[in-house]
Amino acid sequence: MTTETELKDAARATAAAELDVDALSAAVSRRAAAEGILDLVYAEVDSPLGRLLAVSTPVGLVHLGYPNRALDSQLELLASRISPRIVESPRDLDPVRRQLDEYFDGARRDFDLDLDWQLTAGFVRAVLERTAAIPFGETRTYGEVAAAAGSPRAFRAAGRALGANPIPIVVPCHRVLRSGGALGGYGGGLNVKRELLQLEGVLEPELSRERSPGRGR
Amino acid sequence: MAKPDSAIPFQALIDAHARSVAAFLRGMLPPDDVDDVLQETMIAALRAYPSFDGTSPRAWLLTIARHKAIDEHRARARRPEALVEPDAVPAQGSHGHGDDELWARVAVLPPKQRAAVVLRFVLDLRYREVAAALDCSEAAARRSVHEAMRSLRAAVEPKPKEEATR
Repeated sequence: MTTETELKDAARATAAAELDVDALSAAVSRRAAAEGILDLVYAEVDSPLGRLLAVSTPVGLVHLGYPNRALDSQLELLASRISPRIVESPRDLDPVRRQLDEYFDGARRDFDLDLDWQLTAGFVRAVLERTAAIPFGETRTYGEVAAAAGSPRAFRAAGRALGANPIPIVVPCHRVLRSGGALGGYGGGLNVKRELLQLEGVLEPELSRERSPGRGR
Repeated sequence: MAKPDSAIPFQALIDAHARSVAAFLRGMLPPDDVDDVLQETMIAALRAYPSFDGTSPRAWLLTIARHKAIDEHRARARRPEALVEPDAVPAQGSHGHGDDELWARVAVLPPKQRAAVVLRFVLDLRYREVAAALDCSEAAARRSVHEAMRSLRAAVEPKPKEEATR
């Protein structure tokens, strides 16, 4: 007599068999990219600042997320703003990971990556494009990037534009300071801005400074 | 372009439901075919994802998986080796002979009954969810499982007796 219990027992091994989800995601992203139905790929990238979220479209790097933002909410925002066809694919982000590693090791001053600017428009984009041209180890003021973007008096709007930078670090909004030299603001937290400026030799390292406990929630 | 209310990254569906889909396919297909059909299922889902209405993603994925499994069965039936090598059974080891034998009988059920049995007993779904994955009514899902159970019993006992359970 075949009972439901017997069937459930017989099914247990099938139900419990392991699945390598990472391998599946990799295979899906490879095939989907070949068929042109993959709009976004992402990977988490370890850095001295914490774990960054790198996201690319077929055009290029479109988003680099700070560790102080929840991964799920960043991906959901990208899903609604660009496309929900998002798959994790570390391999596709290898060049980004490598260049970030080199940057944080002090072995790279300029990033050589294709960027996708689609999350920016108008004045924000103009400000960020000018910001992208600020060399390693140099700084500008909010007023200077506003002027470079064509609106010298719009330094507040320039600040907001930098705060909306979807590709920080690579587009170095940390190199923009207040005219008196104060740090101003930073989307990843002022500690991150300070660390990046120290890495680039703009600020003296503060050896005794403790890491902020508020980071990386 | 995505609608705001369907803004769940596809990877979240893979993370949440790929194991269920894999378990379903293991119950439906010979072990060697499972990985390929699982990938095909996810590719088909990814292609259709922008127009998915967002309700019950697991049932949606299982429905796609069921269609892909049936496609695979048909393709297999057209191949000559299918004649000498009948649908193999998931042989996951660590199990008594009786379980393997029982699954061997599940494997030769008609596809819809087999799917119903796998959804109900491998994935442990409620009949409402079985019905969603089979694209049929809840009553029809129950009927499929009952018919499957009857054939499984008949296979053990060649001379069917009056069923005592009801």
